[in-house]
Amino acid sequence: MISTILIIGGGQAGAQAIDTLRREGFKGRLVLVGDEPELPYQRPPLSKKFLSGELAADRLPFRHQSFYDEHRVELKLGIRATRLDAANRKVVLSNGEDVVYDRLLLCLGAVSRHLTCPGADLPGVHYLRAIADVPQIQAALKPGTRAVIIGGGYIGLETAATARKMGCLVTVLEMADRVMNRVVASNVSEYFAHEHRAHGVNIVCNTRVVRLDGTDRVERVVCADGTSYEADLLVVGVGAVANVELAADAGLKCDNGIVVDEYCRTSDPAIFAAGDCTNHPSLRFEMRVRLESVDNAFEQAKAAALNMLDRPTVHDRVPWFWSDQFDNKLLIVGLSQGHDQQVTRGDPAQRSFTVCYLKGGELLAVEAVNHSKDYMAARKLIAERARPHLDKLADPQIALKEAI
Amino acid sequence: MARIVFWQPDGQRRDVEAPAGITLMEAARLNGVAGVIAQCGGACACATCHVYIDPAWVSRLVPVDDMEEGMLETAWERRTNSRLSCQVEITPALDGLEIRVPPRQASN
Repeated sequence: MISTILIIGGGQAGAQAIDTLRREGFKGRLVLVGDEPELPYQRPPLSKKFLSGELAADRLPFRHQSFYDEHRVELKLGIRATRLDAANRKVVLSNGEDVVYDRLLLCLGAVSRHLTCPGADLPGVHYLRAIADVPQIQAALKPGTRAVIIGGGYIGLETAATARKMGCLVTVLEMADRVMNRVVASNVSEYFAHEHRAHGVNIVCNTRVVRLDGTDRVERVVCADGTSYEADLLVVGVGAVANVELAADAGLKCDNGIVVDEYCRTSDPAIFAAGDCTNHPSLRFEMRVRLESVDNAFEQAKAAALNMLDRPTVHDRVPWFWSDQFDNKLLIVGLSQGHDQQVTRGDPAQRSFTVCYLKGGELLAVEAVNHSKDYMAARKLIAERARPHLDKLADPQIALKEAI
Repeated sequence: MARIVFWQPDGQRRDVEAPAGITLMEAARLNGVAGVIAQCGGACACATCHVYIDPAWVSRLVPVDDMEEGMLETAWERRTNSRLSCQVEITPALDGLEIRVPPRQASN
């Protein structure tokens, strides 16, 4: 008999698990512990419309408080889980309380990777991951502020676009030879770098930050080639690492994330995990993955909830991602690792094009720039392991869904 | 404020009082209306907030733009009154609007 389910982590995955558990008939005690004081909220707007002030704070939560009351959810917010005692099925909380569980779901998320160079601990070095990170960054977003962003990935570029729209003089420093190099094709990188430059953002690639200078706070970023950049605002977006400490200390198997099977089960049969913190198998893509993705957090939490109720459910989805930068929408579906062919549909100069990746003739992944039709068609085709005709695929006049 | 009536996939009616300025999707999500999944939170990136608008109201809403059109094209059982609820902002003029939530969304 499962009488208590405890969820640690109040992000996308934790919030979704609550929803699924109650809608699917779990009537027992349901506790959610989250270290942030806010009701579970959406993170993606933090670098976009919430940062710019377009989206008010009361629009960030997934649900109103009344939803949790109505569904008898014990929210323990602003409280950390300090120790997991798996042998006794117990979690110790920072307020001194213990919660004994029948099933535990870990939705611990990821934490920003921090800089380690000299000066990295100076005040004024900002990371963007939580609501609490926003006010200090926001306060500096005004015309004339010299904003330096370290890292040209999603967070860095979205923050750069927001800062530029608010009148800042923005420089993005990227170590690789192109922006978003780990996640998109080179022509997509080029397109976005061009868009940023056209809006007045200074994008500098092939540059390595070696030092941060300043007396009371960070004032200057110094690069390996000797160049330096004055910074009134410094935001660092150099990736994230899975937050596994609680799990690892309890002896759960971890390896770039908490290791789970396709049923979201950890190495302890009473403990499940979902979201950015997991290293899980993708049957469709035939590899283990750790994904930082809203979609994955949502779907994996849903599957985990069902599995905790002893309703076996395999988590094996085609992941998708998006990014908003200026008036551009980048939509990505699938995982391109291991592709042996790449086809671009359309012309970047038209501000709408799609890059398709194939492996052994099967559609593996798609990156769509301002092209929601191709993206939606690809979601279906990739899941079905469709094999498009290459000449049709390369013809943007033929709809992607008709290219098979 | 406007009162929006959501008919959930289970046939249950949910009346939601929502402030002007937020979207239909947000009104549904914040109040836990079943079937409006809204994974992307309104970025027009997931097509999981698809709803059917009462036909009498369709012409009173902002028209569908290219981005929404592309997302709707492959929505589950698209109809002439289909919308992505994240693309419709609530105004006092929408007081009394009735919406049906389909039993399935693009993701499930």
